Amino acid sequence: MTTVSQAATDPHSWLRGQSRWSYFEIAFWVIALLPFYFFPTYLTLASQIAITALFAISVDLVLGYAGIITLGHAMFFGLGAYAAGLITKAGWGEPLTGLVFAGAFAALIGFLTSFIIVRVRHLALIMITLGLGFLTLELANAMSWLTGGADGLRGVDVWPIFGWFEFDLWGYTAYSYSLIVLFLGVVAARRIVHSAFGLSLRGVRENLTRMPAIGSPYRFHLQKIYTISAALAGVAGALLTQTTETVSLETLSFQRSADIVVMLILGGTGRLYGGIIGAIIFMVARDQLSGMNPQYWYFWIGLLLMAVILVMPNGILGGLSRLAGRRS
Amino acid sequence: MVGNLVIVIFDGLAFGMLLFVLSVGLSVTLGLMNFVNLAHGAFAMLGGYLAIVAMRQLGLPFLAALPVAFLGAALISVLFERALFRRLYRADALNQVLFTIGLVFVAAASAAYLFGTGQQPIQLPGYLQGVVEIGGMRFGVYRMFLIVVALAITVLLVLGLDYTRFGAQVRASVDNQRAAQGLGLNVDTIFAVTFAVGSGLAGLGGALAIEMVGLDPSFGFHYLVYVLIVVSVGGLGSIAGSFVAAVVLGVCDVAGKYFVPEIGSFLIYLLLVGILFVRPQGLFGKR
Repeated sequence: MTTVSQAATDPHSWLRGQSRWSYFEIAFWVIALLPFYFFPTYLTLASQIAITALFAISVDLVLGYAGIITLGHAMFFGLGAYAAGLITKAGWGEPLTGLVFAGAFAALIGFLTSFIIVRVRHLALIMITLGLGFLTLELANAMSWLTGGADGLRGVDVWPIFGWFEFDLWGYTAYSYSLIVLFLGVVAARRIVHSAFGLSLRGVRENLTRMPAIGSPYRFHLQKIYTISAALAGVAGALLTQTTETVSLETLSFQRSADIVVMLILGGTGRLYGGIIGAIIFMVARDQLSGMNPQYWYFWIGLLLMAVILVMPNGILGGLSRLAGRRS
Repeated sequence: MVGNLVIVIFDGLAFGMLLFVLSVGLSVTLGLMNFVNLAHGAFAMLGGYLAIVAMRQLGLPFLAALPVAFLGAALISVLFERALFRRLYRADALNQVLFTIGLVFVAAASAAYLFGTGQQPIQLPGYLQGVVEIGGMRFGVYRMFLIVVALAITVLLVLGLDYTRFGAQVRASVDNQRAAQGLGLNVDTIFAVTFAVGSGLAGLGGALAIEMVGLDPSFGFHYLVYVLIVVSVGGLGSIAGSFVAAVVLGVCDVAGKYFVPEIGSFLIYLLLVGILFVRPQGLFGKR
């Protein structure tokens, strides 16, 4: 790392330097437009990937940057999904306000649960996030009069975006919509992680006891990022509801919580694009191997996971950047 | 009504005993090395399948298949520990969690490949089947057997930890690993042996569980959640804590599902979050 000498200069200009858009990022977003022209039959999948990538970014904010290990983040994804579905059933199908509503609802629950989250660490933290996730799932299952239970929420009716762009069968609208929201999510997340607040989050991750000693209120920081992350996850869930027009209990499941962490680890934590890359690899592989029994699919995922952790502890992106660093 | 209550408590006790056998090993190894081993449930599943194979292929009786499950799970787990897990003791909790989850994925897929995805039937000897009627209430013989076995294991563990030289070494290493190392204890070996015994107990639990809750490739994942609840609520490294937590969880689970089936499973998780919120170190945990 050459940043040590730069850090000695003005911290604000260092932060600005960090937040500059790199060529890789610009290239990435140009490539993200390619499915419109080259793979129009895969737009529905591309839209799913964009949604999952947004969810992965929300998890990266708490897990990769703030070091809060969560195995229950699907609760916010699912809460957002149900909030977006229920508001259309209540007669308001406008998608953008639906997104805002779902995000705000997930953020509220995130804020309330963050008081529990900041109290615990290590195994207890994993168990609390896991427990809250299962709690939400069981609650949604028990309240079948509201959520439809195991049958899922039916009759979700989303109006066209701006009253003009209808959600079509091919997924043109769905992918454009998801991609734009993902882009906005990345812009917001970049802004957060490259701010002074983002730096203090990394400080909390690296050394929890030293942060209060230098006068940084770490609990407050953690609560803030947890709430923001919950909101992003809720928006991702709402996107899924609006583009597929159904909500199932699966959105709240442990499997979803675990899968998203797996994607994040595969791609690399604490670097935003790691989650996106992980989501792309995971979802494309699953789509291509969908003929395979899901049981066997998890054999390879499990093997890949173990290999990545032993060989490349910083994920695929981390491994690549290390290789690149060696060469230059 | 009273009869129902007694039966529910009895069944809950039996289920709790099963959970105790499944989870006590993880509690001790977690307390010893702080290694979050989510593959513990997979070793339990391994024990279950070993018992099935021993009975079906080798024609062993049920009671002889139990030691096979214990020894097989202990042996295979210690191979994994020496070859793989050891590299991750200094890694952060996230990498440990994900590595062992990866192992659970692989174990579940392998079990599905070798044995199919269905439930594995088991043929119990006649003297463990049926019910005993006491005062008009019917108690399952197998559940009684389960409770007796688990109590025997508890007594053995407590005596072993409190009155043997090795037990004292384990306690010293749990309390303060560095000081124990400084006194010349080989914490590495102590841990390997404890790990083997703990996973062996999980394997035994897996074999004992077949009759009561069934065995299929999702066993490792499904019971992992219960095991983790027992461990985290009981407190790391505490046998008494695991015992109390397992009994409470078993009774609450059975009673909840019997009396309030709509919110039975919901109650368990509420209890988990509530207890950990008040006491993040668990009921009997020191740290």
